[in-house]
Amino acid sequence: VCIHRVRSCGSIRFIKSKYVCVFDKSALKFSHQQRLFRTSAVSCGQIVQFKLSDIGEGITEVTVKEWYVKEGDSVSQFDSICEVQSDKASVTITSRYDGIIRKLHYNIDDIAFVGKPLVDIEIDASKGVASEEDVVETPPMSHEEHTHQEIKGHKTLATPAVRRLAMENNIKLSEIVGTGKDNRILKEDILNYLAKQTGAILPPSPKAEIVPPLRKTEAVPAAPKDKARKIPVPVSRPIAFSGKDRTEPVTGFQKAMVKTMSAALKIPHFGYSDEVDLTQLVRLREELKPLAEMRGVKLSFMPFFIKAASLGLLQYPILNSSLDENCQNVTYKASHNIGVAMDTEQGLIVPNVKNVQVCSVFDIAVELNRLQSLGSAGQLGTSDLTGGTFTLSNIGTIGGTYAKPVILPPEVAIGALGKIQALPRFNGKGEVFKAQIMNVSWSADHRIIDGATMARFSNLWKSYLENPASMLLDLK
Amino acid sequence: SLKNCIWLSCVLRTPKACFWSTASGGLIIQSVSNDVYQNLAVEDWIHDNMDLEKQQVLFLWRNSPAVVIGRHQNPWQECNLRLLRQKNIKLARRRSGGGTVYHDLGNINLTFFTTRKKYERMENLKLIVKALKALRPQLDVHVTDRYDILLDGQYKISGTAAKLGRTSAYHHCTLLCNADKFVLSSVLKSPYRGLKSNATPSVPASVKNLFEEDPSLTSEILLDAIAKEYAVQHQIDHHITLINPADEILLPGISNKTKELQTWDWLYGKTPKFSVSTCLNMAYKGSVLDIKVNMDVKHGRIEVCNIDLPEQWLPPGLYSELVKSLTGSKFCPNETTTLAATLLRVCPQDDELHSRWSLLCENMIRLM
Repeated sequence: VCIHRVRSCGSIRFIKSKYVCVFDKSALKFSHQQRLFRTSAVSCGQIVQFKLSDIGEGITEVTVKEWYVKEGDSVSQFDSICEVQSDKASVTITSRYDGIIRKLHYNIDDIAFVGKPLVDIEIDASKGVASEEDVVETPPMSHEEHTHQEIKGHKTLATPAVRRLAMENNIKLSEIVGTGKDNRILKEDILNYLAKQTGAILPPSPKAEIVPPLRKTEAVPAAPKDKARKIPVPVSRPIAFSGKDRTEPVTGFQKAMVKTMSAALKIPHFGYSDEVDLTQLVRLREELKPLAEMRGVKLSFMPFFIKAASLGLLQYPILNSSLDENCQNVTYKASHNIGVAMDTEQGLIVPNVKNVQVCSVFDIAVELNRLQSLGSAGQLGTSDLTGGTFTLSNIGTIGGTYAKPVILPPEVAIGALGKIQALPRFNGKGEVFKAQIMNVSWSADHRIIDGATMARFSNLWKSYLENPASMLLDLK
Repeated sequence: SLKNCIWLSCVLRTPKACFWSTASGGLIIQSVSNDVYQNLAVEDWIHDNMDLEKQQVLFLWRNSPAVVIGRHQNPWQECNLRLLRQKNIKLARRRSGGGTVYHDLGNINLTFFTTRKKYERMENLKLIVKALKALRPQLDVHVTDRYDILLDGQYKISGTAAKLGRTSAYHHCTLLCNADKFVLSSVLKSPYRGLKSNATPSVPASVKNLFEEDPSLTSEILLDAIAKEYAVQHQIDHHITLINPADEILLPGISNKTKELQTWDWLYGKTPKFSVSTCLNMAYKGSVLDIKVNMDVKHGRIEVCNIDLPEQWLPPGLYSELVKSLTGSKFCPNETTTLAATLLRVCPQDDELHSRWSLLCENMIRLM
């Protein structure tokens, strides 16, 4: 990249006299070999026209495909500026300078020409990195190997101020692990390295001073004097927290949640919780699991919970109803389409198993398998996600015992199942035994459902699960 | 072997010159993985981390079924996304330019890494042709000026793409040994109509497998022949080092690169701005409705959405809710399905309304 036109307010000149007197003699011996120039001008930045460099293979024009920066953005050396394409080759154009983007010469899909300006960059002043500091560049003859742009075979990225800091402290840049972009070595990296060496947290070097050797010689004679006093506490450097808030629009899944929950808020909820002893069910499932596997189906506890709920809804159909908008009519739904809350990568989705009232436990297991695999692949259809009349949420697979689930309109009830824990309980004879306990937390619409109904439904559901054989009597 | 690992680890780090007095001008590595994302991540890693001044690298890799689109392409325009989802074929977007290709284990991929200055695609392709001719002198293969390799003067057996960075560059190409041409042609045909964009279009070509020309050729034989020719030209040992793309110690940062290549934002969000202008033909109660739909999609999200429904076909409030929800949402069937299902929860419970709603939403989802 060549500089087409440099408008500079400050040109190459030697350091001002006020800095010379601060110099230590040892630093001065290099000064006549050094070329010093100001990187910042006081009142105007130097606007540099950054031209599109040669792509190779005799290519003269490319298409601009994506900008990584916009006008006003600040960029550092080696930051990506844009992506251009030419004849099946995608090229990342990186900045040669630290500065601020002042003008983009092309729009997306425009043809850009090699050798013509791509962006205007104001080589900058106010970054705080090199402002009002002189940049010292030692010529190749210098024995200070670590100030080179590239150590043979090993590239180190660091801004001039960072290099100077390393040089002052006799650190080889090749020994520092950079934590910046592209493994760039930052000022923090040098300071951390130093801290590890000396065991102290160093204060930042003040901009006007240049000479650590001077400070060191002062410190040594001071120590014997202070023998009687305590060791001075190292000055802790306040760590600049550079995290930024991030605002994103609410879209897609989240937007859907906002809609549903806002509607749910209008429903006056009441909660009812209970404990279920699943010891017998656990045993039953262990027996049935291999049978189901032979038929190619994974059997969890959910099919049992779902079927028991449906049996309960037959006795208490008001829990499977829907209240219209004006609260004028209650519709008792004929089908038990029981929704199962599923946690996917994108968020919470609730597909439902249709017509549980005519399904066997095995049928429900098959359908659950189908919904689960579609759900994790992100391929559930609208019919799977609509038409639910009652919902169970198995939050216990993630954790937790008690919950306060939110009813999903247009339904009127929901149950949240906690995790199954082995806990000590007393049996009929007063003996302690190991029980498999799960907690259930129901929420219901208090406009049409009362506590007693919810409690009786819960007791019935609980009795089916605590004594699975009793389900056989009522299975349709 | 442990020795091999340590050696390879040193090679992949940027070495100092003195250490490499015995080092050669090249390195040949082959991936043990068939996962397209892992393999693309290896390319990224080498491009970002290796110093190619002292030695160039040839990377050999194969993938289980996947469709790979170029950096600036539109996946809806290039392939049948519905079919991909059904058949569990992965979609990947590479960082180099160029067109869309189908990969399976019958296709081999070759990546030539060099410094930016030494970037030279013709040389690489000529190397491949030389290797093929050395293997089977009767093969009629040649390189075109579009950087394709043609068999018998008419069938494309290799496509090329390249990526150039600040200091390093790579040129990669495919080579059809024994790929499934039937699947290839069906997945690379897009069913989506009415798409308008400035995304790089692919240039379709008739393809043929080398296996069809000479059944004794296998992917392994071809890989070996090309590695041999590379070794000769770079004056190095004909030794292929195996590399595991899941090895975070050998390739620090590789798992992040692999993850990034699979994000929705990379795969779909990087699609250049495009518009969809089409007509839904919905059969409803004995008649057919023609509904004009216009959408602008930017960064994979719907910026503007217009659906030309007959008046009062849907309650106006519901229609505006639908449009409002779709705006800003991902141009994605899954996202739209969830939105549609959710909105249905908060509207009046009316069977007629529900069936119209479902019909419209199903048709909208088919566009994605």
